[in-house]
Amino acid sequence: MEENVVLSARGISMTFPGVKALDHVDFTLRKGEIHALMGENGAGKSTLIKCLTGINDFEEGEIHIDGIEGPVKNHSTREAQEKGISTVYQEVNLCPNLSVAENLFIGREPLTKLKTIDRKEMVRRAEKLMKDLEIDVDVTSNLENYSLAIQQLVAIARAVDMKCKVLILDEPTSSLDDSEVEKLFGLMRRLKTEGTGIIFVTHFLEQVYAVCDRITVLRNGKLVGEYKIEDLPKVKLVAAMMGKDLEGLDQITVNSLDATKAPMEIRARGLGHTGTVKPFDLDIHQGEVVGVAGLLGSGRSELARVIYGADRKTSGSIKVQDKEADIKSPIDAMNRGMGMLPDDRKAEGIIGDLSIRENIILALQARRGMNRKLSREEQNEITDRYIDLLAIKCASRETPVKQLSGGNQQKVILARWLATDPDFLILDEPTRGIDIGTKTEIQKLISDLAKQGKSVLFISSEIEEMLRVSNRMVIMRDGEKVGELDKDLTQKHVMETIAGGEKE
Amino acid sequence: MNQKKAVRMNSNTILLLITIGLFIVMYAAGCIVYGSKGFSNTQTFMNILINNAGLICISCGMTCVMLTAGIDISVGSLVALDCMVLATGMQKGHGAIAMMLFVLVIGLLIGAFQGYCIGYLEIQPFIVTMAGMFFCRGMTAVVCREQVSITEDMNKLFYQMANLKFKLPFGGYYNKKGVYMAPYVRLGVIIALIVLVLVFLMLRYTRFGRSLYAIGGSEQSAAMMGLNVKKVKMQAYMLSSFLCSIGGICYCLNTMSGSVQQAQGLEMDAISSAVIGGTLLTGGVGNVIGTLFGVLINGTISSIVKTNGKLASSWPNILTAILLFLFIVIQSIFAIARSRKKA
Repeated sequence: MEENVVLSARGISMTFPGVKALDHVDFTLRKGEIHALMGENGAGKSTLIKCLTGINDFEEGEIHIDGIEGPVKNHSTREAQEKGISTVYQEVNLCPNLSVAENLFIGREPLTKLKTIDRKEMVRRAEKLMKDLEIDVDVTSNLENYSLAIQQLVAIARAVDMKCKVLILDEPTSSLDDSEVEKLFGLMRRLKTEGTGIIFVTHFLEQVYAVCDRITVLRNGKLVGEYKIEDLPKVKLVAAMMGKDLEGLDQITVNSLDATKAPMEIRARGLGHTGTVKPFDLDIHQGEVVGVAGLLGSGRSELARVIYGADRKTSGSIKVQDKEADIKSPIDAMNRGMGMLPDDRKAEGIIGDLSIRENIILALQARRGMNRKLSREEQNEITDRYIDLLAIKCASRETPVKQLSGGNQQKVILARWLATDPDFLILDEPTRGIDIGTKTEIQKLISDLAKQGKSVLFISSEIEEMLRVSNRMVIMRDGEKVGELDKDLTQKHVMETIAGGEKE
Repeated sequence: MNQKKAVRMNSNTILLLITIGLFIVMYAAGCIVYGSKGFSNTQTFMNILINNAGLICISCGMTCVMLTAGIDISVGSLVALDCMVLATGMQKGHGAIAMMLFVLVIGLLIGAFQGYCIGYLEIQPFIVTMAGMFFCRGMTAVVCREQVSITEDMNKLFYQMANLKFKLPFGGYYNKKGVYMAPYVRLGVIIALIVLVLVFLMLRYTRFGRSLYAIGGSEQSAAMMGLNVKKVKMQAYMLSSFLCSIGGICYCLNTMSGSVQQAQGLEMDAISSAVIGGTLLTGGVGNVIGTLFGVLINGTISSIVKTNGKLASSWPNILTAILLFLFIVIQSIFAIARSRKKA
């Protein structure tokens, strides 16, 4: 083993049913180092951490811990703790009904000669620990009386006091405000000087650069690389996470659809939903395609959900075709000519046991109302038109949708919304999981819709395809709309905005 | 910091204070209204203890289980089984000590089985102990269908134990004939109070006791912090059934008989005592001092209704229902206030 290494994982592989969650991943943590583990959702960060802490049972590979002979395999959190790996999770894993002191020491309380808990000693040690870490609390008070941030710090204090060699912090900052984060960072830096190795998982890029020494990036269960912080500026980090090479990005030319100065379709002012999207302004013209870019979890789907009324807005107003619209639920949005293809199609869109025809007719029928049933001929005609238009591969229009491939299911839902002849269509990841050929068809379709004067809000993880069809791009970061790009629409530019405006 | 101390008072101690205050008010009211009927005698209070000695033991066990956010509704039937086994055993000429030990073993075994199902097989406590409830009630009838009374001829030792009077050095009075009447308690009360003190210390000063609170607070967190949740849960149900069997012996010392119909609904009395005493059904909050006062409040209600003599016997139930409801509402208000404060 390399000098100074406290933990090294070599060739870790792990499979969940149908998915290779980790594919021969290496990870090295050194003494006195804060090491960021980065990747998009589903990249395998949590899976790797769970392998280290004994929650997941990995299939291949070895983990070595400094001071322990031979490969280590943990079978429970407790075993990992005994070997010096402590973990603090995003949600606080403490007991709110017990005192701070008890939470620090439960399961390892100081005992008297009679084997009973020595409460005085416990309180004394807890007070000392809290004082050392400069956390101002009354240790005899119940944990529930303190803010989430203090609770988080108590959880970390517990981990610290267990003399861990490796401290894993799994998104510990998502519930903290800036000053609390600073406090946490202070604690992390102190532990670092004492020689603890810290693994830090977060989706806030700024925090990585504020406190970390090294970054390991995972993508789709594979190791992208391990970098020193100074070798990996934000833009390159984003590129590594999303799997794009920066070389030659400038050469991709932007499709120049005529930026329509046509009438306004959607005008949102201060629209927001507490907890998911901060208030934003957005204008969408008729015949315009607006792309929404951002990392997963940046609030891009949530933005669409608020517009569509799937999440009821908590602030702001929205005008549809210059008329004030009070959209409380999706049916209100539908009645105003909107349609939305949700990103979780299995849960929110497709009804597997119904036939293609029934799935396509669904939204149109709902919009017309149940009393004005479409005749069978009309239904057949509409279905056939879209099977033809979208090249849906199927035995007949009466085939149950669940028998179709993913890409074709996708098209069926797309057809459902096209059939309602919407003026404004929200497409959340319409091309995910389908092959290149179909992707291109869908992109072409989006362009065609725009030419017919319809407006499209297009959300995708693939910046390239959005660039190909969008007139404008909205950039989201941490639940906030951070930018809107219309000219100079290049992948590099978009990525820089996602990363936080940092230039190379 | 002072303000934070005050918050802590609010959440846990106030419920207990309300319970104690309510007991004092009720008892004082009883003394004022029915003083002429002898309610204000010290012995009235001692009788409440004597009548509820078994319930105190059972409620202590119930409190431990409820702290883990569980429930044990098998206890009433287990008391019936205990009494029946004691009575028939002694009828057949077995020794009192041997039979009492046997009953304790029965308690431990049933508790171990229920605890295993709940802790290790992760079955809902309500279902498991409901099965236990039917099983014990059924087994009682299997042991004997008739009512069996324990007489002096049957077992002298047990008879003597039941009639033991522990005279107290205070609170006596002179009756009309000028004889000093010292208040007394019976053996069951002594046993119940010992159990109460031991459980109180156990909950406060042992790892097992604190683990019960931790599991009730957050089972997942308790596991994450390295506690053996399954084992602790199993032990909690063993403790409940064991204490229930001790309670069964106390109960039997009072009734001196075994019958299939005995101790019907006693589990509900135990649960209501714990809840009135401030134990949360959601787990993690409560202690046996509160539970003691819960039992005493229930006992006072029955005692007042009995002393009045004219009220129908259904009144204790109605009053208990009102109290129970009142306490649950107060608990909810506290819980809501707490979550508001957080948000």
